[in-house]
Amino acid sequence: MSKHTLSVLVENKPGVLARIAGLFSRRGFNIDSLAVGPTEHDEVSRMTIVVNVEDSPLEQVTKQLNKLVEVIKIVELDPAASVARELLMIKVAATAETRGHVLECVQLFRAKVIDVSTDAVTIQVTGNAAKLADFRRVLEPFGIRELVQSGMVAIGRGSRSISERNLRPVAVPAPPAAVG
Amino acid sequence: MSEQITGAQSLIKSLEAAGAENIFGIPGGAILPAYDPLMDSKIRHILVRHEQGAGHAAQGYAAATGKVGVCMATSGPGATNLVTPLADAHMDSVPMVAVTGQVPAGAIGTDAFQEADIRGITMPITKHNFLVTNPADIPRTVAEAFYIASTGRPGPVLVDVAKSALQAMTTFDWPTELNLPGYRPVTRPHAKQIREAARLILESRRPVLYVGGGTIRAAASRELRVLAEATGIPVVTTLMARGAFPDSHPQHLGMPGMHGTVAAVAGLQRSDLIISLGARFDDRVTGNLDSFAPGAKVIHADIDPAEIGKNRFTDVPIVGDCREVISDLVVALQAEADAGNRGDYEAWVEFLSGVKKKYALGYETPGDGSLSPQYVIERLGAISGPDTIFTSGVGQHQMWAAQFIGYEHPNKWINSGGLGTMGFSVPAAMGAKVGCPDQTVWSIDGDGCFQMTNQELATCAINDIPIKVAIINNESLGMVRQWQTLFYNERYSNTDLHTGPERRIPDFVKLAEAYGCVGLACESPEDVDTTINKAMEINDVPVVVDFRVHRDAMVWPMVAAGTSNDDIKYARDLAPQFEEDEL
Repeated sequence: MSKHTLSVLVENKPGVLARIAGLFSRRGFNIDSLAVGPTEHDEVSRMTIVVNVEDSPLEQVTKQLNKLVEVIKIVELDPAASVARELLMIKVAATAETRGHVLECVQLFRAKVIDVSTDAVTIQVTGNAAKLADFRRVLEPFGIRELVQSGMVAIGRGSRSISERNLRPVAVPAPPAAVG
Repeated sequence: MSEQITGAQSLIKSLEAAGAENIFGIPGGAILPAYDPLMDSKIRHILVRHEQGAGHAAQGYAAATGKVGVCMATSGPGATNLVTPLADAHMDSVPMVAVTGQVPAGAIGTDAFQEADIRGITMPITKHNFLVTNPADIPRTVAEAFYIASTGRPGPVLVDVAKSALQAMTTFDWPTELNLPGYRPVTRPHAKQIREAARLILESRRPVLYVGGGTIRAAASRELRVLAEATGIPVVTTLMARGAFPDSHPQHLGMPGMHGTVAAVAGLQRSDLIISLGARFDDRVTGNLDSFAPGAKVIHADIDPAEIGKNRFTDVPIVGDCREVISDLVVALQAEADAGNRGDYEAWVEFLSGVKKKYALGYETPGDGSLSPQYVIERLGAISGPDTIFTSGVGQHQMWAAQFIGYEHPNKWINSGGLGTMGFSVPAAMGAKVGCPDQTVWSIDGDGCFQMTNQELATCAINDIPIKVAIINNESLGMVRQWQTLFYNERYSNTDLHTGPERRIPDFVKLAEAYGCVGLACESPEDVDTTINKAMEINDVPVVVDFRVHRDAMVWPMVAAGTSNDDIKYARDLAPQFEEDEL
């Protein structure tokens, strides 16, 4: 098994997330992470889906996704030619004695404190999955109160855009009206 | 500016514009606004007795005519009753549009009376579906639904319309173009793949044309015959493709699969090249996949790229419409032939003709003078002729109808292949008869299947849809009983339907009469022809014939589920013997 990152351009219509999630579950594929958001085109959303599958099931996933009418385009992002990030917000116990140590960790990971209270700080950090896991590990001894983590978003390096083609509306002639 | 009309009027105008001529359906609260303008429409609406009947009728209509079948139902239970036909149409690639009413937009999500999220429910079993809450979207949505249902790999599309959208005022603007950026089916095959396929075909010594239902949907029978005759390659037609290639043709080996002919199964199993045309390597065809056709390379042509390589590794994938693929293959092979390159399949063809002759389909006639189901079906086919449309339910009668009727033309054999829906036959026959009123339509059904949807006999009787129903009554859920005989030590758990002489519940003849049909019964082989001829003479009302057949008849040949095709038995405990040096 290996991880693959798929960037999926979909029509921004109600129910499209349910269609994609449903397809993964009924075909027996597991989603590691999923993130959805807008793109530079109002009518198009972009999903970043991380799946953990062999190569041949991956081909099936991609083909099945492509069959969905609202899926416009699917690109597998090569980790070497793309940048991937996740966002972690983590609330850590921090008393007067430990706060200095916590803040040291924040600096080392180039993270950011976004909320402080008397006995806890909330920290935001972005990075790839490995960095976020490391960050959690170093904060563990202080006591993690809660955390929330986003799905991965990823984008190809260089000047090209995956949405360059295919996004212009492709018009097909409507069936001629049968009414006289 | 366009005239102001209601959303309901717009819906009916849209269905007319899309070319719908017949709709099978049942009104109810949420869809009610649409039924008012429907009364003034030139579209014929056929009021069925159960929405499942409407769905299967739309399938039968579509399969017989090649047009999009249309069914209509109200929200909640009306819509959920369409779930089985939608799933069936999805599995068998039937072009169909289902229109359902939905509770008013403001009530969606409140667990309103007769509310069901039919769009959510049918996502996995439709090619696409829509929920319309804005009346202005109705024409475009209907146009898209018909376009999606009928192009690419055909399939069912559901359009769920909120009652509020049907009641609101709007204008009718039929779209001139459709904006579907994510829907671009490939129909033209790639020239390089065609060349590569032609090369493999010429190199092979033991090729087989593995013909699936896609050939029927693509209306490619004529092209297929040209390809087969130009090359001399043996042909097998799957359950969904019966009639795509004439059964009487000497190159035809029959149907492959679990209950296929020995020649068709052996042909695939021992081939060195499978040329798959609109087939999908279904488990009922391949048996145990790991041991399926171990020496064969595969050319897989399908309009749906996701089918290619899904179950079996493909050497030459070809994405395209079957008719175009076959035409291109004919041209490519003709060019090779002109250059002196022809395939050499002589030894293979000879071997398979031997197998076909030695292991021809057959059945045992019971010694006690009771009726063989196979004989009944064989006579039905012979007497009613090759222009008759046959529909079937699911089980033993379906397999016998696929085996013992000679199909010469496409779209004459309509059954539920992928989903295996018992109860498909009667409503599908009704739909086929509506689509082809001048053709004889026989519904071959089992006594179990018939009891699932026989209420549509009322629809047929009232709406002048004179179908003919042959109930192959073996007093049991025959296929399940066969498995109990073979694999469960003859312990017949819950398969006796008591439709036999002791109880006769129900009495099918009386039931037919109660529905305004002619009811006939036949118990002995001598009466079969007379009874069929009598049924053939009645063309003003539906006819139901209760053929009371021998209950222990079994479907042979058989490849037991999950086993290898090499383990085919042509009768109980009898395996075909092949002389290895014959090949």
